[in-house]
Amino acid sequence: MEANKTWKNPIVAWIDNRLPIFSMMNADLVDYPTPKNLNYWWNFGSLAGIMLVIMILTGIFLAMHYTAHVGYAFESVERIMRDVNYGWLMRYMHMNGASMFFIVVYIHIFRGLYYGSYKPPRELLWILGVFILLAMMATAFMGYVLPWGQMSFWGATVITNLFSAIPLVGQSIVTWLWGGFAVDNPTLNRFYAFHYLLPFIIFALVFLHLWALHVHKSNNPLGIDVKGPQDMIPFTPYYTIKDAFGLGVFLIVYLGFVFFAPNFFGEPDNYIKANPMVTPPHIVPEWYFLPFYAILRAITFDIWFIPAKLIGVTMMFGSIIVLLFLPWLDRSPVRSARFRPLYRQFFWLFLVDCFVLGAAGGHPPEGHWIWIGQVATAYYFAHFLIILPLLSYLEKPRQLPSSISAAVTPGGVGISAKGVAE
Amino acid sequence: MAHTASTSPESVDDEVTRRDFLLIATGTVAAVGAALAAWPFIDSMNPAADTLALASTGVDLAPVEVGQRITVVWRGKPVFIDHRTDKEIEAAEAVPLNQLVDPQPDSARVQKPQWLIVVGVCTHLGCIPLGQKPSDPRGDYGGWFCPCHGSHYDTAGRIRKGPAPANLVVPPYVFGDEQTIKIG
Repeated sequence: MEANKTWKNPIVAWIDNRLPIFSMMNADLVDYPTPKNLNYWWNFGSLAGIMLVIMILTGIFLAMHYTAHVGYAFESVERIMRDVNYGWLMRYMHMNGASMFFIVVYIHIFRGLYYGSYKPPRELLWILGVFILLAMMATAFMGYVLPWGQMSFWGATVITNLFSAIPLVGQSIVTWLWGGFAVDNPTLNRFYAFHYLLPFIIFALVFLHLWALHVHKSNNPLGIDVKGPQDMIPFTPYYTIKDAFGLGVFLIVYLGFVFFAPNFFGEPDNYIKANPMVTPPHIVPEWYFLPFYAILRAITFDIWFIPAKLIGVTMMFGSIIVLLFLPWLDRSPVRSARFRPLYRQFFWLFLVDCFVLGAAGGHPPEGHWIWIGQVATAYYFAHFLIILPLLSYLEKPRQLPSSISAAVTPGGVGISAKGVAE
Repeated sequence: MAHTASTSPESVDDEVTRRDFLLIATGTVAAVGAALAAWPFIDSMNPAADTLALASTGVDLAPVEVGQRITVVWRGKPVFIDHRTDKEIEAAEAVPLNQLVDPQPDSARVQKPQWLIVVGVCTHLGCIPLGQKPSDPRGDYGGWFCPCHGSHYDTAGRIRKGPAPANLVVPPYVFGDEQTIKIG
């Protein structure tokens, strides 16, 4: 830990001498040295953190009015919408907040992919991020079940049935997950318990994520290491103000949906109360799961003795698990795609592939969408398992600048981490 | 002027600058914004519309005989309805006001002398006083007796003895006709 600051306020000084919380905040939020060339794609980490706080806050207040029982869940949500003071605002913020959280996090992930933020020495930072994504997906899925609409019920049925693909013990696991012989009251109760628990697990993971970040500090658009204080500026005021401005723009978009198109991301079927006797004609997950849903459905054929269902499920989970190995699949020593002419093109192809997967996941599996989904799935894995390892050896990176300062402020004038003009 | 807005460390230390004004103005706007954003969260914990809609209760008094006491639920709380006997009415009206902890004539506590209607919650710390059942103790004044800390109420529901500071609350009510009331 850095040397403790001396504080003018005697109460602050007294506390800080015993618990250096003010020194820590100062070191990690104020004086914190940050590369001076971060662009707006670096705003999305703090936005994700703010979304987590908004989700926990609105969620706790929704929990005060929600009833986790098959007989009351749907009605209690309607009561929140109609009778509870500002209940509509809480719920629409929570509902659209989930979509916004995923948009922000997906942009944050693709930022990391483009600028090579997963490369040494930030591998663990990246891996913690993948765990955060997994925990977010579990939380979002279980949260979607709570309103107990038709999509809630059938989404829960389909997703829990994925585990029946596990050989031998699959069906027993599904019964165990359900606490019965179908998705029912015990399932709803435990999903509610987990939905309340997981955000705090995410919070702890985010803490580790930030801890790991602050060891080697932020990557930057050039992807080169900082060479000294001349390459950095203090986090406050420079990035606090930049993050605050980005937050303002983001909130306009987010609250625009909340106030003017609150059901834009939703499925109308979820305003029909769950009916275990009737399946809606077209079950789709929330948009943020569509690419994974497409991968799940892509495998329509058995391979040797392995049933298609098991392969599909394995591939769906594998599409996330493969991200854990990314730091060792991409061996190129150059981080930023700015200096990797080939990787940069494959990055955009991969992004397009993810959108194609999303489209395939959103359409019923018939006609052209079947082979489109299959090709896109194959490309998804090829990107990580074939293209990235090969590029590491075949690509000739462009010349890296000698330092951030040399590239960003070639005149030599700038403000250093000490906060003074040099 | 130019130097007051500069970032050089000497100028920002002690003297008042335009930057101080900007900081205070921005901070004020942020504080007001945070307070406004907090209001929906705070207000969501207030009674909801359906809770408020249940705020009145109708009672049919016809089956309640003279000398009988019944308890009805209004806003989740017990309301005591006492069809008082002539003797009880007389006792309540005869008490001189200077003997009362919370002076109130009986006439101020009833609309019709034979019907006493009070919220059955002790004004001390919220227990429900005894006296509704014929077998209950009614305290020294023939009204109600709170078992928690020993408050005695008379036949007009007024506090006479014990730690309670005030008379049992008379809820707002109106007579629909001779035999029905609407509380709340």
